[in-house]
Amino acid sequence: MTAQATATTPSAGPGPGPEQLGLFLYQMMFIRRFEEKTGEMYTRGKVRGFLHLYTGQEACAVGAVNALAPQDKLVTHYRDHGHALARGMDPGRVMAELYGRKDGVSGGRGGSMHLYDASLGFLGGYAIVAAHLPLAVGLGLAARMQKKDFVTMCIFGDGSVGEGEFHEALNLAVLWKTPVVFFCENNLYGMGVPFAESLSTEIPKLAAAYNMPAVSIDGMDVLDVYRETQKAVAHCRAGNGPYFVEALTYRYRGHSMADPELYRLKEEIEQARKKDAIERLKRHMIAGKLLDDAAFAEISARVDRDVDAAVAFAEASPEPGLDTLMHGITKEPTNG
Amino acid sequence: MVELRMRDALNQALREEMIRDETIFLMGEDIGKYGGSYAVTKGLLDEFGEERVRDTPIAESGIVGAGIGAAMAGMRPMVEMMTINFSFLALDQIVNSAAKLYYMSNGQINVPMVVRMASGGGSQLAATHSHSLEGLYAHFPGIKVVCPSNAADAKGLLKRAFRDDNTVIFIEHTALYGVKGEVPDDPDFLVEFGQAKIMREGTDVTLVGYSGSVWQAYRAAELLQQEENISAEVIDLRTLRPLDIDTVIKSVKKTNRAVIVEDDWKFGGFAGELSAQIMERAFDWLDAPVARVCGKDVPMPYNRNLEFAALPSEEDVVEAVLGML
Repeated sequence: MTAQATATTPSAGPGPGPEQLGLFLYQMMFIRRFEEKTGEMYTRGKVRGFLHLYTGQEACAVGAVNALAPQDKLVTHYRDHGHALARGMDPGRVMAELYGRKDGVSGGRGGSMHLYDASLGFLGGYAIVAAHLPLAVGLGLAARMQKKDFVTMCIFGDGSVGEGEFHEALNLAVLWKTPVVFFCENNLYGMGVPFAESLSTEIPKLAAAYNMPAVSIDGMDVLDVYRETQKAVAHCRAGNGPYFVEALTYRYRGHSMADPELYRLKEEIEQARKKDAIERLKRHMIAGKLLDDAAFAEISARVDRDVDAAVAFAEASPEPGLDTLMHGITKEPTNG
Repeated sequence: MVELRMRDALNQALREEMIRDETIFLMGEDIGKYGGSYAVTKGLLDEFGEERVRDTPIAESGIVGAGIGAAMAGMRPMVEMMTINFSFLALDQIVNSAAKLYYMSNGQINVPMVVRMASGGGSQLAATHSHSLEGLYAHFPGIKVVCPSNAADAKGLLKRAFRDDNTVIFIEHTALYGVKGEVPDDPDFLVEFGQAKIMREGTDVTLVGYSGSVWQAYRAAELLQQEENISAEVIDLRTLRPLDIDTVIKSVKKTNRAVIVEDDWKFGGFAGELSAQIMERAFDWLDAPVARVCGKDVPMPYNRNLEFAALPSEEDVVEAVLGML
């Protein structure tokens, strides 16, 4: 962990137990396989629209989202499949949403960038950069006003920090002492523009400027992400106001499926893959005798089966009826 | 019934609704200690406290976004935009989040929020501070647009807005804040959405307006009666979304002529929408093309005479009616 700026870094959370390590490994492998399959289905024309794959960033979703309690809320950006799956969203229904089918988590109305499952407190992927940061403040404000015990996690990319709403939200969050974890996935590129060319300072310093505690962590290390996010969530739940985490990470695929990746070299991607989160956790678990090659192969086979089952579910799900096109545009006593 | 200025009727609605429903709270720039730029929230801070009447930084997008988030978690926020002109800064939140979450989430999330805005020209505030954006907001499916023309409707519609499960854009014409009217004092008094009001019955021509422009239409109708013996029916739409087109069509089928009056620019404005709907549904009943009396197609000038010339007047309405007879 590398603390920056005014980072206040008391001891991190207790960290995951052996069972949780197994869960983290499975989830990260599942997300990677799910995304690879999604990319494949995109090239086969099954998945359409803008598709932003999460491959490479798995440690962020798995480490951060698992630090939440069941009553907590989560809003995130449009690269949202990993967060949804880590939160426990049904993979078949996520894939069905990418297919645009009736059984999709958003009924085929949202697609890749707009996943929702209110029953899990997963209140959306947001496709306008930084638009959900003020929403997170409002969720936090509601928690305070209702005296409820939920923390809101707001996940966004480094591209958000140049938006006015980022600054408005951080200021409001501190003024109103809202229980919000601002979790920034810094994957070093806003689409194709290198991060260093789009911000005149460092991200944690922005949070520090608003008097918000901030840390910068290795977002390719699921254990680090989990421990630091646990600490952030505990800080918020104890009524101390918001907390900011910058996780340095890297996406292996392009910004979206339409990205020719003219702005970076293959060598850079290869370099990042050396820090691959799945490989690191695998090595860590083998070293700790929590995993061997046979057990790993078993998990890998289970991941394949589960992803195939999600695809099968999506394939079998019907198209939404054309008669539903105009249904539920507003909530009325007759349809609510 | 009591006689109240529109701003006091709005204040009464806020107060009554906050007493009725504890999930309602208010946010905005200078709505607390200052009492609101147009004094609509005056006294509410003292009565309900800082938790429920929140002065905010000048951050329109941030506070509307926070309102959406709070509404998603079961609160019923009212966010005041001070003036409609500043709502451009919050437009993305209104259009991309508030208006779309219910549909996109397939009914899982709704945003019961009221966004109040002071609208209209006529106060020599020049081009950046004189917008009429009722038609702009009415363009977006997923939100409701309310624009009262008098104190009683203002109260009944605002109270109704707090009982809606969707985002309601509540637009108040600044020229009407000081206008008095009889207001019911029954705390259960509501004005339903999507119900236009016939302000004046007539047989020769239908004049349609909303918010401030209703009064240009109404005064024109009086002039037409006195000076030309022409009987004009005047319709106040009250809400643009939902739109009570049936009342308009019924009237046009009776009078065979329609003039639409609005402060907003004619080009691409709500009057064009209304005109098209009248033609779609009552073409065979029309004895003349539908006329539109709207704001001139120009950024609003500061000079008093120029501003007056840029806004529709009752004389413009009279002229339009005489031109179609």
